[in-house]
Amino acid sequence: MLSPSLGPRLVSVVGRQEVSPDSVRLRFAAPEAASAAQPGQFLHLRCGTSLDPLLRRPFSVHAVDPVVGTVSILFRVVGAGTAWLARRHPGDVVDLWGPLGRGFVLHPGDGWLVAGGVGVAPLLFLAARLREQGAAPQLLWGARRRQELAAVADFEHLGIPVELATDDGSEGHHGPVTDLLAEVLSGRRAPVYACGPRPMLRRVGELTRQAAVTAQVSLEERMACGVGACQGCACPRRGGGYALVCHDGPVFPAEEVELG
Amino acid sequence: MKPVRLAGLTLPNPVLAASGTFGFGEEYAPWTALSRLGGIVTKSVTWDPLEGNPPPRVVETPAGLLNSIGWQNPGLAVFLREKLPRLAAYGVPIIVNVAGFSLEDYVRVAARLDDAPGVAALELNISCPNVDEGGMAFGTDPRQAGLVTAAVRRVTRLTLVVKLSPNVTDIAVMARAVAEAGADAVSLINTLVGMAMDWRTGRPIFQRVVAGLSGPAVKPVALYQVWQVARAVTLPVIGMGGITTARDALEFFAAGAAAVAVGTANFRRPDACLRVIEGLERYDAEGPQALEGEEEP
Repeated sequence: MLSPSLGPRLVSVVGRQEVSPDSVRLRFAAPEAASAAQPGQFLHLRCGTSLDPLLRRPFSVHAVDPVVGTVSILFRVVGAGTAWLARRHPGDVVDLWGPLGRGFVLHPGDGWLVAGGVGVAPLLFLAARLREQGAAPQLLWGARRRQELAAVADFEHLGIPVELATDDGSEGHHGPVTDLLAEVLSGRRAPVYACGPRPMLRRVGELTRQAAVTAQVSLEERMACGVGACQGCACPRRGGGYALVCHDGPVFPAEEVELG
Repeated sequence: MKPVRLAGLTLPNPVLAASGTFGFGEEYAPWTALSRLGGIVTKSVTWDPLEGNPPPRVVETPAGLLNSIGWQNPGLAVFLREKLPRLAAYGVPIIVNVAGFSLEDYVRVAARLDDAPGVAALELNISCPNVDEGGMAFGTDPRQAGLVTAAVRRVTRLTLVVKLSPNVTDIAVMARAVAEAGADAVSLINTLVGMAMDWRTGRPIFQRVVAGLSGPAVKPVALYQVWQVARAVTLPVIGMGGITTARDALEFFAAGAAAVAVGTANFRRPDACLRVIEGLERYDAEGPQALEGEEEP
């Protein structure tokens, strides 16, 4: 039952790219992770070599290349841990565990991908998998300003149509990305896959319920162990009790969890 | 490593996984060899299932972790039916951490566990800061601590460990009270009370305001309290608080601990207990130089 090949291990950074002023993409040589990963799962990374930061940080798998044996993450620098990680360069090693958690269930149908900010990270991997299965997903992506939307080219390379929205109106629709979702769901009803801030996910839940389409949301929560032992990353379940983001998620059917 | 005796209980080695940091064992089964541990102390078990506290439940601090989990657990019946049989199959001593909101709660959980196959010992949790009643309320008053220990003593033949709170003026007084009431061993420390504040909003981050601090940050406090207790009572002491390396464990043994538990370090790596055990084995075989260059895990 031991799965040592996916347990904590030192992996090399083989690629680094500053995608926007405050976000970085890192690629690791981790063939086991590249083969095992499902869209929506996360990698649990140490973000330092001392006792501070003490805990790992979870990052969704952003892209995989099972042939070359690499996995990528895309993250925004928000604290000491992500700042340390952003300073890693090719040749450096990082302690990586996983993939862990439950990812997206791929439903029949083309699919709307809805992203808020760096929440776009798991949706590139998902888009690639949906394309492999013959689906034609489309991305709706919102951010505060156009500089945060630089990774849009990766979706265009996959041939994924993209509609953008910004809070400041510097690119695409001037307003929340969920305005775009409301519009498209009145035309094409397809499964929705979403990752982003809670208020965005809550609106995604409302819109998809009204339109009677399935929606899955990828959640973020302060996390310690990553395997369901500490019960730290609780998210209220609709109808009572708590789900654990690390173990029961991070992807949930939107109707299962309270997104308020 | 040599087995260690704690009253009626023999552990294959002196390194346990601490309660609340190792779930019911099964969460870590894919990631580390459970059978090599000295023992597993389960997450707190209460009579009824508990939902636990609203999020956020964990906040990291420099070399530390604040938690406000609130005893989320499936309740004694589910524990006995589903969790315990799986745990017992790993062939490692199981110490069940017993929690309650009243003296009667502790007693009825302990009584049911007394004849449950696969339970090696009980650890009474009278030191949790994250519930409104029970928990630390019993563990900060020597009279209450003695009463609950004596009441549980009457209904169990199992080795009875009482887990002490560091949030007292004199922990030696607490240790003496539970020793006189019939405890077989004491374990310490549970978490230190603290809080986290959001400087942007000026509001406490945890909904219950108070939370429990663990991790390497608390190790000096834990060492001193183990030292005090080991000199106050003749009972064996299980020492814990920030242990991440074999060197940390040796420091607790030197302070008077008969065994140690690894807690928050399990969240850094699932084989944290095993690495402490292997470090102690190297120390036993090769002496201190084996650990000189050891890095933080």
